[in-house]
Amino acid sequence: MKLRRCSRKPAFPWFGMDIGGTLVKLVYFEPKDITEEEELEEVENLKSIRRYLTSNTAYGKTGVRDVHLELHNLTICGRTGNLHFIRFPTAAMHRFIQMGRDKHFSSLHTTLCATGGGAYKFENDFRTMADLELLKLDELDCLIQGLLYIDSVGFNDHPECYYFENPSDTQNCIKEPCCLDNLFPMLLVNIGSGVSILAVYTKDNYKRVTGTSLGGGTFLGLCCLLTGCETFEEALEMASKGDSTNVDKLVKDIYGGDYQRFGLQGSAVASSFGHMMSKEKRDSISKEDLARATLVTITNNIGSIARMCAVNEKIERVVFVGNFLRINTVSTKLLAYAMDFWSKGQLRALFLEHEGYFGAVGAFLDLLKSADDT
Amino acid sequence: MALCGGADRGSHSMDKSITLPPDEIFRNLENAKRFAIDIGGSLTKLAYYSTVQHQVAKVRSFDHSAKETDGDPLYEISVQEEITARLHFIKFENAYIETCLDFIKDHLVNTETKVIKATGGGAHKFKDLIEKKLKLKVDKEDEMTCLIKGCNFVLKNIPHEAFVYAKHADSEFRFQNTHPDIFPYMLINIGSGVSIVKVEAEDKFERIGGSSIGGGTFWGLGALLTKTKRFDELLQLASKGQHTNVDMLVKDIYGGAYGSLGLTGDLIASSFGKSATTDKEFSKEDMAKSLLHMISNDIGQLACLYAKLHNLTRVYFGGFFIRGHPVTMHTITYSINFFTKGEVQALFLRHEGYLGAIGAFLKGAEEDNPNQYSWEENYAGSSGLMSVSPELNPVQRARSGTFDMLEMDRLERQLVNLPLLQDATSYIPDTVDLTEDALAREYWLYCFEEALDGVVKRAIASQKDQPEAVERAEKFRQKYRHKLQTLRHQPFAYGSLTVRSLLDTREHCLNEFNFPDPYSKIKQKENDMALKYYLKVVKSVEELSWEQRQFTLAKGLLAGNVFDWGAKAVSDVLESDPEFGFEQAKQQLQERPWLVDAYNQWIERLKGPPHKCALFFVDNSGIDIILGVFPFIRELLIRGTEVVLASNSGPALNDVTNSELQILTERIAAMDPVIHAALREDRLALVQNGSSSPCLDLSRLDKVLATVIRERGTDLVIIEGMGRAIHTNYYAMLSCESLKLAVIKNSWLAERLGGKIFSVVFKYEVPSKAQEQH
Repeated sequence: MKLRRCSRKPAFPWFGMDIGGTLVKLVYFEPKDITEEEELEEVENLKSIRRYLTSNTAYGKTGVRDVHLELHNLTICGRTGNLHFIRFPTAAMHRFIQMGRDKHFSSLHTTLCATGGGAYKFENDFRTMADLELLKLDELDCLIQGLLYIDSVGFNDHPECYYFENPSDTQNCIKEPCCLDNLFPMLLVNIGSGVSILAVYTKDNYKRVTGTSLGGGTFLGLCCLLTGCETFEEALEMASKGDSTNVDKLVKDIYGGDYQRFGLQGSAVASSFGHMMSKEKRDSISKEDLARATLVTITNNIGSIARMCAVNEKIERVVFVGNFLRINTVSTKLLAYAMDFWSKGQLRALFLEHEGYFGAVGAFLDLLKSADDT
Repeated sequence: MALCGGADRGSHSMDKSITLPPDEIFRNLENAKRFAIDIGGSLTKLAYYSTVQHQVAKVRSFDHSAKETDGDPLYEISVQEEITARLHFIKFENAYIETCLDFIKDHLVNTETKVIKATGGGAHKFKDLIEKKLKLKVDKEDEMTCLIKGCNFVLKNIPHEAFVYAKHADSEFRFQNTHPDIFPYMLINIGSGVSIVKVEAEDKFERIGGSSIGGGTFWGLGALLTKTKRFDELLQLASKGQHTNVDMLVKDIYGGAYGSLGLTGDLIASSFGKSATTDKEFSKEDMAKSLLHMISNDIGQLACLYAKLHNLTRVYFGGFFIRGHPVTMHTITYSINFFTKGEVQALFLRHEGYLGAIGAFLKGAEEDNPNQYSWEENYAGSSGLMSVSPELNPVQRARSGTFDMLEMDRLERQLVNLPLLQDATSYIPDTVDLTEDALAREYWLYCFEEALDGVVKRAIASQKDQPEAVERAEKFRQKYRHKLQTLRHQPFAYGSLTVRSLLDTREHCLNEFNFPDPYSKIKQKENDMALKYYLKVVKSVEELSWEQRQFTLAKGLLAGNVFDWGAKAVSDVLESDPEFGFEQAKQQLQERPWLVDAYNQWIERLKGPPHKCALFFVDNSGIDIILGVFPFIRELLIRGTEVVLASNSGPALNDVTNSELQILTERIAAMDPVIHAALREDRLALVQNGSSSPCLDLSRLDKVLATVIRERGTDLVIIEGMGRAIHTNYYAMLSCESLKLAVIKNSWLAERLGGKIFSVVFKYEVPSKAQEQH
């Protein structure tokens, strides 16, 4: 995919922002081809922003730069530089806006391209607190444009996309990078706080098929309530150590083995949290088991809805994105397995390295496009 | 209120140490054969088949070759014992299982039975206990197979089995018509997990999918989150909670709606999303509500995806998660509406809890071929759908000691649709649904309660020779009054409440206490009296000009219909003034133009070619049939139209039964050569309609009648009387010409229709050409 040549470059800094229900995703383009002349002209607060963002990997208590995702030597609109990926909780949004005010961001006369629900929710706060106008963009448009762009430029000479070889075999299940000549048509499953499922036919032709409220927010929310944990990392850490079969009722727990009349394996989950109907079992269960069961329940459910949508829409490629999948190999492998097993090999689950950042990338791309349009 | 006390009679005093009241539950156990049991997580459902001995009134013609004298009755009435088959289903808490088994053991006389069919998750747990107590071998049947078998059975045999739930509508329950073809459908069973089954034929079904997020998830996760142990309590908590405190809504993310996608601000974006980002404590109620929404929405979404994939539009929900709980029926309905944009309706079943037991029973009874018969819900012996709304009645929800019952009678005859219905799938017999019309409900319940004394009196009078009849009649009064009281509070208990269901319930209750035909002697007397005038009436008609004759015949038919013991106003007059005669009745009739008056069109039609065959659904005995109907059909026969007289198979009020009509027709034939010839040449046929109701359900008619109608090329249907042409079938659309005739003998109803008492309805309908071909 190629961007149109930019006749007029937008003023730095170049940002794209995606304000979700739980997380704010920010991409920042750091130009590496600044000439001496340019540097002399550069205003001080622009410099300080660049330095602040590129020299730190953490911002405040909750902001994080995903250094491992950084894209190097990217040429966009005639400028070459690095693309940085930063995230912080939506709960810290007001502090972020205050920072924008303190750093006199408004004096830079840049357009702040933002997508996600927060672009609407916080629009007024940006205006009144920091004198900043947001250019609001549709989150699904941004998601698709961002995804297609990153897939086209690749991940620092590696493919952006990967899948799992032997998804049904836990021992030999391996992550394999892959380059797809053609992504279309694809079923795009975006797992953020909630889940949106899109059928994408071309870069401008897509529809939202459905969505579910059982998403990353549900996993984390239930985990916090059940285990007292506070962060996604903590929840995943616990889940990685737990055993969901202590919590879930399996087919074999009911039928003593497989339910052959219907071809159900004994190891299949018959009732998520089904064992928890019994008081004795509730009293003896570990937090890790509960976290694992929550993760497996949410993941399997998303897999099952995605699979049904793929069959209904007659699409074989199912691409999973969204920050729920960050550092979450339990879920990615489970999704890969579920797609493969229940479709008898007909469906393939694909994943992307920049999981949750495509919306922000899409917003960033729009900045360049909007400059072009003016 | 006194009414509630009656509703769960015996429940408070009942515990394990107390003997179960035998006349209330486990009825007819002495004659029971074939048992089946479905043991679920908390409730046990027991099914058995028994033969019921009850009295029926038979009429028998005297040998009239001998010259009879004036004082002799027309025919002989005798009461005989008849044995019919009945299915009993009883539902009780698992805690009572041992007491119940003991009770069965003590009362079981029949020793032929060797096995008991068993299904349900608890079947293996209680296997040893059952085998030890009952000395029957437990034979396990697959749960899903039983469920589907049971589902097919109730959908086919119980009218108003399925309903749509609408929490905020005037009537929460909107009952569905019985479809002639129930397949294909989708059954979503929400037990601890969810099974989605596609059913294509009686024995053809497939589990097309499922989900592990089901009732067990609600219960298990709910118990963890709220420290509440019982499923019912969790539902109660949920019904009091606010999910918006726990869930992240679209407006929490967007500040409002996500307009471009049409997602409203109140839509849940992330279930439990707020508990991930907020530190505050959440209330048990709010968490339970959020969980309920999460699970219901998820199941609804999957159901829609599967329905779409398999192109199914009839979707039934069952399992313990649903089982009559208004809270879950509401959330599931909401979810289905949301995901299908109203294209698919969530359907629920009145007897959902019995499906497994019914299916297991049917598995064991295959050699009796239960599927080749038609069955009927016995309103007298069935509990009906209980109100389980926690908001309305929190105590009843606990259900302690409640024994819920369903009884179904095997009908002698197989029932089918009238082949002349324009659209069998949209046919609704009843004119007014009293579940939806509160004013009408109020009136009719009052009306039936008022009439009860008279019915009791009549019942006693019909059995003067039996001194204990008084006691039985009193029991009947109590039972029927109790039914009326139940219906006042739960109009939806037996499906849509209608005048027909109120009448049928009364007939069932009368039969229950061995009053099979309280009007038999009155009918006999009236028939006898009317026969004496037959020739006179026929002769006087013959003298008239053609136009005058047609009008007199039509008027005679209507006047005859004034004689109806079913309507209170008339029974008052008849009881106080037996001389109220046919001529007086004619004078009582409204002058033309009638309330509904298509008489001119009818006369125009009669000037044309004769009909091929007229089907006449007759109403009352006595003057109505003899002086009204016979002269009328006599004219049709003379015109060259064949006539089929369809009458009730069993007694109901003073309606003429098929066996009575046989005798009457013979007697008329003996006097009247026209009728005699028609009988001999088979141009006049007497066929039973398969019903014992004062009303008429054209979707449940005797199969033989349907065949006769088809074979004779019937092109005119005449329906007579309030019960058959007003309370039912007033709006029925037929594919041939039809006449619906009645005199409105109830001032309230007449007023409602815009007329006065004794207003006349003369409705003549011709289907448009397009519909005729349909």
